[in-house]
Amino acid sequence: MNGVHDMGGMQCFGPVLPETNEPVFHAEWEARALAITLAMAGWGKWNIDSSRHARETLPPADYLRYSYYERWIAALTRMMVEHGLVTSEELESGQPDPGSPKARPPLDAAKVREALRRGGPTARPLDREPRFALGQKVRAINAHPKGHTRLPCYARGHIGEIVLHHGPHVFADANAHFRGEDPQHLYAVRFTARELWGKDASPRDSITLDLWEPHLEPA
Amino acid sequence: MPERNRPHHDHALGHEHDHEHQHPPSAAALRVKALETLLVEKGLVDPAALDAIIETYAEKVGPRNGARVVARAWSDPDYLERLRKDATAAIAELSYEGRQGEHMVIVENDAQTHNLVVCTLCSCYPWPVLGLPPVWYKSDAYRSRAVIDPRGVLREFGLELPEEKAVRVWDSTAEVRYLVLPQRPEGTDGMSEEQLANLVTRDSMIGTGLPLTPEELER
Repeated sequence: MNGVHDMGGMQCFGPVLPETNEPVFHAEWEARALAITLAMAGWGKWNIDSSRHARETLPPADYLRYSYYERWIAALTRMMVEHGLVTSEELESGQPDPGSPKARPPLDAAKVREALRRGGPTARPLDREPRFALGQKVRAINAHPKGHTRLPCYARGHIGEIVLHHGPHVFADANAHFRGEDPQHLYAVRFTARELWGKDASPRDSITLDLWEPHLEPA
Repeated sequence: MPERNRPHHDHALGHEHDHEHQHPPSAAALRVKALETLLVEKGLVDPAALDAIIETYAEKVGPRNGARVVARAWSDPDYLERLRKDATAAIAELSYEGRQGEHMVIVENDAQTHNLVVCTLCSCYPWPVLGLPPVWYKSDAYRSRAVIDPRGVLREFGLELPEEKAVRVWDSTAEVRYLVLPQRPEGTDGMSEEQLANLVTRDSMIGTGLPLTPEELER
């Protein structure tokens, strides 16, 4: 989806403002927001790609106005309702609906360490040879899918070179829509800055993106 | 002090002391508090699990982990070779692994090349080695401009790169996480791994900074 989240190349957001001795969290609620989001993923109702898509499909004005953890909470709230974990009435009242059964959290304190240590690896076996070889020139396809995609607008239609083959990985564009993991070969593709941004860019600079095979065609 | 008697203030972790300037909690703080209460009452999250998640990222996982990886790479050529071949496994030797670091790749700075890591589409970041990302890394300004104006962004961090040096930007568009291996500073020949780790800043492992020199560390 061509959304405001796909912001690579925009120039309207002003300078980057590093903060000296930045704390990990700027407020207690940010820490709780992070932890609630991670813990709720334990229900297995969604995946990391659909979570990203939920954030990307927030109303654009909200997306830009919200801080990072506000985006997280807004998307989490929407996913919990969509997947039937809470109701809109419960969010409104702040109370469980009368008569609703009490669940048992899948992630208790004892399991946190192991769950974080394990993470969510996305490498998968695939019985298909990679279509592209290291050093090969490829073109990022010019496509504008309405759903989730990890091919940013700024690279579409441009020619780059395969610099790494990461092996087959869960294809985010499919997984985000619960169309299965659909493993695809994943590559690091290097584009020169001039290919992407024109003749005023540095002749030495480059931008490398991780792209899946369906994002690419031979050039 | 019971929660309700605390001054109404968003507390950064570790700064929960009374402030004279009291102001009401933010809308986000209220929303997250209400959400957590509801989810706990419904049995959807275990508050002790939330505490354990927060403790992990507030106290255990942070850029000191990545600094130890870099210091070992500077000190031990065999380790560097293992990092190049399989960074995920080499980093796991130091027990740094898991969520948002499932597939690690190191990118090495040298006399001709400076690497810079960004995630234009969200805020992907190698948590096991760097902890949670700073606000500037998640900012719209950094996400948008790191790919089109990396040298301008670096200037905002006080880093002016010579024209002859190539800037290699890595946009983390999949589940591969990149860690910059900065160049070892001059004048560090006799230093131990532990001393070297003190020179390695978080920003030097993202690419928005350089490691400290021994003189800078003294200051």
